[in-house]
Amino acid sequence: MDQAALAPERQLDAISVEDAITHLNSEYADEVQLDEREGYGGIIVDSKRLVDIARVIRDDLGFDYLSSATAVDYLGEGDHLEMVYHAYRTTGGGALVFKARTDRDNAVIPSLVSIWRGSDFQEREAWDLMGIRFPGHPNLKRILMWEGFQGHPLRKDWREAYYEEEQKPFDSRWPGGHVHRAEEKNVFGKNVTYPPDIDLGRLMDTSEAAVYQSLGLGVDVERIMDKDGFETDELVVNMGPHHPSTHGVFRMVLTVDGETVTSLEPVMGYLHRNHEKIGERNTYLHNIPFTDRLDYISSMGNNHGYVLAVEQLMSLGRKYNPPTYRCEALRVMMVELSRIVNHLWAIGFWLNDIGAFFTPVLYFVQERERILDFFEAVAGSRMMCNYMRFGGLFGDLPERLKSVSNLANDRVRDYNTMQFLTEMINERIPRTIDDLERLLTQNEILIERSVGVGVLTREDAINYSAAGPLLRGSGVDYDIRRADPYSIYPELDFDVAVENEGDMYARYRVRVSELRESVRILKQILPRLEATAGESIWADGKPGAYAPRVPHGEAYGRVENGKGELGYYVVSAGGRGGSSNPWRYHVRAPSFINLTPMGIMSRGYKVADIVGILGSIDIVLGETDR
Amino acid sequence: MYGTGLAKGLLLTLRHFVDSYVDDIRYGFRKYHHSTDNFGIRQGTKTKGVITVQYPDEKVAVPERFRFVPFLIVEDEDHPTRAGKDWCTSCGICAKVCPPQCIWIVRGNDPNTGRPVPEPEAFFIDIDICMNCGYCAEYCPFDAIKMDHDYELASYDRTTHHIHDKERLSKPNSYWRGIAPTRAYEEMLARGTWEHKDAAKEARRGAASARSSSSAPAAEAPAAVAAPAEAEAPAASAPAAEGATPWSEDDAKREERRRKALERKAKRAAKRG
Repeated sequence: MDQAALAPERQLDAISVEDAITHLNSEYADEVQLDEREGYGGIIVDSKRLVDIARVIRDDLGFDYLSSATAVDYLGEGDHLEMVYHAYRTTGGGALVFKARTDRDNAVIPSLVSIWRGSDFQEREAWDLMGIRFPGHPNLKRILMWEGFQGHPLRKDWREAYYEEEQKPFDSRWPGGHVHRAEEKNVFGKNVTYPPDIDLGRLMDTSEAAVYQSLGLGVDVERIMDKDGFETDELVVNMGPHHPSTHGVFRMVLTVDGETVTSLEPVMGYLHRNHEKIGERNTYLHNIPFTDRLDYISSMGNNHGYVLAVEQLMSLGRKYNPPTYRCEALRVMMVELSRIVNHLWAIGFWLNDIGAFFTPVLYFVQERERILDFFEAVAGSRMMCNYMRFGGLFGDLPERLKSVSNLANDRVRDYNTMQFLTEMINERIPRTIDDLERLLTQNEILIERSVGVGVLTREDAINYSAAGPLLRGSGVDYDIRRADPYSIYPELDFDVAVENEGDMYARYRVRVSELRESVRILKQILPRLEATAGESIWADGKPGAYAPRVPHGEAYGRVENGKGELGYYVVSAGGRGGSSNPWRYHVRAPSFINLTPMGIMSRGYKVADIVGILGSIDIVLGETDR
Repeated sequence: MYGTGLAKGLLLTLRHFVDSYVDDIRYGFRKYHHSTDNFGIRQGTKTKGVITVQYPDEKVAVPERFRFVPFLIVEDEDHPTRAGKDWCTSCGICAKVCPPQCIWIVRGNDPNTGRPVPEPEAFFIDIDICMNCGYCAEYCPFDAIKMDHDYELASYDRTTHHIHDKERLSKPNSYWRGIAPTRAYEEMLARGTWEHKDAAKEARRGAASARSSSSAPAAEAPAAVAAPAEAEAPAASAPAAEGATPWSEDDAKREERRRKALERKAKRAAKRG
């Protein structure tokens, strides 16, 4: 083939998203339809050709990064299940949204694991919670619930224990609100059906063989294996769920050959509470404090992503005012302060994991304390900030960070807010980052433990949908604040931190650079706050409604959170002219998806490195298990 | 040279160690004196080293916006006309806006007519369910429910202690003004009076009718509106002259209409499910 024939091919990966959709629609007229529902976008692909077309999207059109793959149950709104994929280019730009439909009774959609390994856990989640089978998936098991769980909880007709009503607010609360405890009124057993052929004896089988066989690692623990002529066994080592260094109730099952890890399987779901089901019962406003509980280290960022998603939907309606400039500046400031908290925390606990026990983390926590004090004085809570609202914020900065003594022995503090911020941003935080670097960056022990360990190559990082410092530590210049900007980031001056090595040390260096970039952003925010002092945080000067009706449609709001790309896929459907509760509320959790490459990152390293590798990914279980 | 990075790091830990003591000397060992002034210095942005707050012997006072399990505002006992009366009108917005649905309200009914009256008959909050988000206080149109600062709620038996009823929830208005003076002042500005909206409306109506019907002394009405002495806002506390109030009667009416429309809308939405 000559150059001329290849030329149009090469151009395809630079055409706009709209052109890409038109191209697919004309090229595959029979299999690809435009999604023309009101408020929706993207294309609907015939599931028989899904894998082929996904390959075209990845290879020819250049959408090499699968951000999110999730399912929606349109019971009563067409009665089908729908897989929704958001693919992006790592060079930047918007999403190519494509969907595949299937029947509710016999839900089958071909797996895309052969195209994007990053869909591995997400498809398992869709099977677990929505009951869609994915032929071609190498390991289609439940991921958040346990094997043997009855039903698929995110289906619209599945009801949880203590079920009260489809949607909040519940009628029993007002005006005849006679208090009751759910557990007194609603006995757990009534909401649960057991399969008729359940064998209770099987539940009592606690033998090692039964425990490990259920994990499907292909290891027979009862058979001793000879390897290399030595009398060595391949061992199965279970780490967790209650393990001092797994960052929460998280479990890893490793097979080891001597000290070397040959395979690793993350097991999660111990903190699962079906956040998304709760979110679909909630009203739009109810969900904001729930998002705080996802990545509880950086709740401001969680608020931001969700608020952006719902604002996208609200902007489809007539009555919507975008947030004011001051509001955006405050949002960015809060999010960047959370990023600093997050990275200090991540680096500190990663050092705990590799043996520098608590000295670094306690140095960093001093700064974190002051930032949390600031959050407490502004938003009302240190960690569960619940600060952002649709089109605005909970409140403007108070003039003084002032406490009032009301308990016995209270010690009072009182600072000028802007002065406190200026000192924090110009002096304290930069000084701590300098300390951090002096303490760690050249430390020989740290370098020996982390250089060349836990390597994730550039190709794998993209293919496995890694995000955040994990992706940028592998040499991918991809930061949503630059690649697909939101809020006031386009006008702010900062660099995207990238390191090419892909090992633990590279991730550490990315985090340190991001700390410095965050300070750089904060320094630009301060004059903006001073310039807009007195301006309202609400476009029309008064707070938004307590029960907003949101126009029909879909929205995917994503932000660059400390741990990586945090996305919210929100669908508004049902009812006339808008809905008061989200039809679908999905969280694309970076902590969850970043665990997908954990297996390949660990292969070939020593057992003692595993905890360090986990720490360098930086997960938080509130978000992983949701 | 191998080991220099390590040595530099160790020097830093030494510096942190020394800094704590240097700071002790700089502040004249005041961190060991349990006084509020010293505490502000030691927890500020200028100090180095760490201070441990000796909880529960000493406690960090929480900022005004701090939010913990809500409480209900009732009028102070020494209030001239409404002593002990609830600010709550049992409109139910807090129960609807509560994300974990931990608020139960029984709307009051007139025993004679059977029609709803604007005060709750019973009010419950299950503090085990409450997630301290603060929505109830934020969206209450009457400033009747507020987030408390008392975070020491542990008890030995959750079944008997953790559902707060109206008696347990009720706290006097002066308590709220004590724990959050700035916010109480801001709310007064938004409301236009230190009094409850309904009381203020009643007082204004009384004043208007008094003016129109006869030449009775009009001084009575402002007296009822006059708030308990507030150091922070002497100017705004008593809207003695007509027009001095930062909000007009039209605004009040508009706000009331808006609230009622919202309520009706919410009721309709609830009915539709």
